[in-house]
Amino acid sequence: MLTRLAGIVAAVSLFLLTALPASAADAVSDRQIIHVLNRLTFGPTLEELDYVKKIGIERYIGEQLDPGSIPEPIELQWRLAQIDTLKLNPVQLRQLYGPLRTLRGFKPNAELEKAQRERVRLILRDASEARLLKAVSSRRQLQEVMVDFWFNHFNVYSGKGLDDVWIGNYEVQAIRPFVLGRFRDLFFAATKHPAMLVYLDNTLSTAPGSPGARGRQKGLNENFAREVMELHTLGADGGYTQEDVITLARILTGWTVNPPDARFYPQHAAVFEGARHDYGPKAFLGQTLKSRGKAEGEEALDMLARSPATARHISFELAQYFVADEPPPALVDRLAARFLETEGNIREVLKTLLASGEFWDSFGQKYKTPYQFVISAVRAAGAPVGNVRPLLGAMDQLGMPLYGCLTPDGYKNTEDAWLSPDATTRRISFATSLARGGLGSSATTNPVDATHLEAIFGATMAGETREVVNDSPPALRAALILGSPDFMRR
Amino acid sequence: MIVRRRDLLKGAAAGLFALGPDAWAMAVDGAPRRLIVILLRGAVDGLNVVIPFAEEAYYEERRSIAIAPPGKPDGALALDQHFGLHPVLASLMPLWSDRRLAFIHAAGSPDPTRSHFDAQLYLENGTLEQSATRDGWMNRLLLALPGPRGATDAISIGSALPRILAGKAAVATLPLGPNGARPLPIDQPDVGSAFDRLYSGNDELGKSYREGRAARAQLVAALAAEQQIADNGAPPPTGFPGQATRLAQLIRRHPAVRLVAIGLGGWDTHVNQGDQKGQLAERLRPLGEGLAILARGSGESWRDTVVVVLSEFGRTVRENGNAGTDHGHGNVIWVLGGAVNGGRVYGDWPGISPHQLYQRRDLAVTTDFRSVLNTIFERHMRLGDRQLETVLPDAPLTPPELARMIPG
Repeated sequence: MLTRLAGIVAAVSLFLLTALPASAADAVSDRQIIHVLNRLTFGPTLEELDYVKKIGIERYIGEQLDPGSIPEPIELQWRLAQIDTLKLNPVQLRQLYGPLRTLRGFKPNAELEKAQRERVRLILRDASEARLLKAVSSRRQLQEVMVDFWFNHFNVYSGKGLDDVWIGNYEVQAIRPFVLGRFRDLFFAATKHPAMLVYLDNTLSTAPGSPGARGRQKGLNENFAREVMELHTLGADGGYTQEDVITLARILTGWTVNPPDARFYPQHAAVFEGARHDYGPKAFLGQTLKSRGKAEGEEALDMLARSPATARHISFELAQYFVADEPPPALVDRLAARFLETEGNIREVLKTLLASGEFWDSFGQKYKTPYQFVISAVRAAGAPVGNVRPLLGAMDQLGMPLYGCLTPDGYKNTEDAWLSPDATTRRISFATSLARGGLGSSATTNPVDATHLEAIFGATMAGETREVVNDSPPALRAALILGSPDFMRR
Repeated sequence: MIVRRRDLLKGAAAGLFALGPDAWAMAVDGAPRRLIVILLRGAVDGLNVVIPFAEEAYYEERRSIAIAPPGKPDGALALDQHFGLHPVLASLMPLWSDRRLAFIHAAGSPDPTRSHFDAQLYLENGTLEQSATRDGWMNRLLLALPGPRGATDAISIGSALPRILAGKAAVATLPLGPNGARPLPIDQPDVGSAFDRLYSGNDELGKSYREGRAARAQLVAALAAEQQIADNGAPPPTGFPGQATRLAQLIRRHPAVRLVAIGLGGWDTHVNQGDQKGQLAERLRPLGEGLAILARGSGESWRDTVVVVLSEFGRTVRENGNAGTDHGHGNVIWVLGGAVNGGRVYGDWPGISPHQLYQRRDLAVTTDFRSVLNTIFERHMRLGDRQLETVLPDAPLTPPELARMIPG
């Protein structure tokens, strides 16, 4: 284990050094460390800054790319262990928290149904709490950043059907394990999770005239097939036609959710129901597919995962998230080439990205999303998070409720999407409340110490910001740093 | 034949428009002319909003989601011999009778995309198939209107700034939620003045900061009275009717508000769309109620207002296998306001029998959405020809039939 780790570290440092300007190779500047922490984490903390100074940027990146090697803080582990609903699988979640009327022979009264709805709210709160605790306190920060990235890429919405019950499990089961792994595995896991099948309406899509066609499930639904190609894989300009959308919808007929009282596979929430599948001949993206039921669907998904259009689309999104709103085309080309060479190995694509000159030249060029802004402010403040509710409330107000993106394209991460006059005044107001200890969460009952923030950001702050901070009354300084133009960007 | 504006510019006809650049978007008495744009994101099913009840094909293709014809229980509300309104939109019927509400059916974009995201992008940047156009047509419209401009001349309802309003001209973003006017730390003088210094730069952040501060000041002043009433009694209304209530109040107090954009989501009804009840009905009801509130609550300002409601594309004529509808093409555009000559379904109805459909599945587009917008810009906002070209480049002209919709 140790030798493998050392190998990774050595490999990383070798190519990274070539990317750094020669003068910086020996004395890594604060600016570079802050840059790495801005992009690979949800923002610098004093501890993390000291840690990178101690072990060096290269080793830090190597560690972040291998999250299993990083021990998690005991307190975080302990708090996550209290969250019971995250340990349940989709079948259990539906049994315990799903609508009562789906249970065979059970006729709940209105009062029971209301109690059940209250319980559902609890699991959404659990999922949100776990996500935010990890985003703020996990030392596997790149993993958490990639959860944000991939969750938005494969977005599902908590307001759709049973997804309020399943969304936490979707993240745990279909997103988290794969965020630095192979794209194909991630794509398959997300596509086969009941939360996704419900969200994009595939649960009812049925071959017309098939033995299973009846009632509300008597025909095709194009929604899932279209978004799988447009958003999850090829991209809108990926070269598919309306005919391909219909064909993929036919291919995916029968990919559905198992009913609560299923006789077959009762331990599985997502199943392939052959009785509703379209076994007719199909040509997809110019290729003839053998009619093979579920395997034919997997073959089609494999075609999509392997496509150069997918490599390009994912590479563009990664470069946009990590480098610039308008990513340099040459960088996207290199990432796409690496994606194809490594059969969609996300870790390898990220290594290429982090070794690129384009990445190192982009200090402070990304405007934070509300999620990134709120979490980075809490991280910088340095106090442990007690109650996450004020943080969730701030994200709601800033237009980015957690698990609340209605549309399948997920939340954007560009300045265009988030910079607005209202956002600026609200971010400043949030920063001021946090700095004053007025957020009403136990994390922040004490005012934030401005000298703590200056120790983190002092060296990289813009001259104007420093001037205004120094000229202002001490009680306002922490608010000014957290609400400064510098802090709006990463 | 589609007459393109730049062709006209070349010709002798250009002289007809020479007065344009001097025109002001003002009513006769000098009150500013106003345009409110409501984007129904996700593609609303226009065939179940303005229902072609006289067409047999409608009932053949929509076995479980059709709205019954007028006169039947839960039937459509008759607009004319051919079309009826979804019954949950009854709140809009007084506006229809008063001829202040019009529809343009079979309208939409000539672009064939069925991607929500591409279609919304083109709808908002106002250029077809050009995703590179970064600014929105409402921002270009604001630039084309004569100044001087105030902090709330153009506002987006919501915290984020949608593409349609993005661009060079300053705009405000106001969520208009129930607590929109509640004081924030930034409103405190010591905090405000410290941040004023921090954001004195001329970069994007500095500009957005100053726009935000100025807009908040106006908002707080306009809504303070409502806030007090709300605090003393019943909770303020929520959702779109709540936003509409507060928007009406803002417009009444600040007639200088010229452009407003609102995005409403949740129209992507692939499954269990419902008929007179159900998912679509539950989305339409508050929309109708909110529009009625806006009409009643804007006072004198309503006279100078045009509201346009539109969506990125329509939905399939035939219902899908799950009592829903998939992505289609043509749709219905709603136009209402004191400056509208309504009570009429405009547009060239292509029919929805199988042989009349676009790509054998969708309602065809016979009116380009940009020609509807150009009609409003030209006849209501009083833009001249060259200005029109800067707002919607290469867009088709105002069709003669639509000119009657805005008496001007």
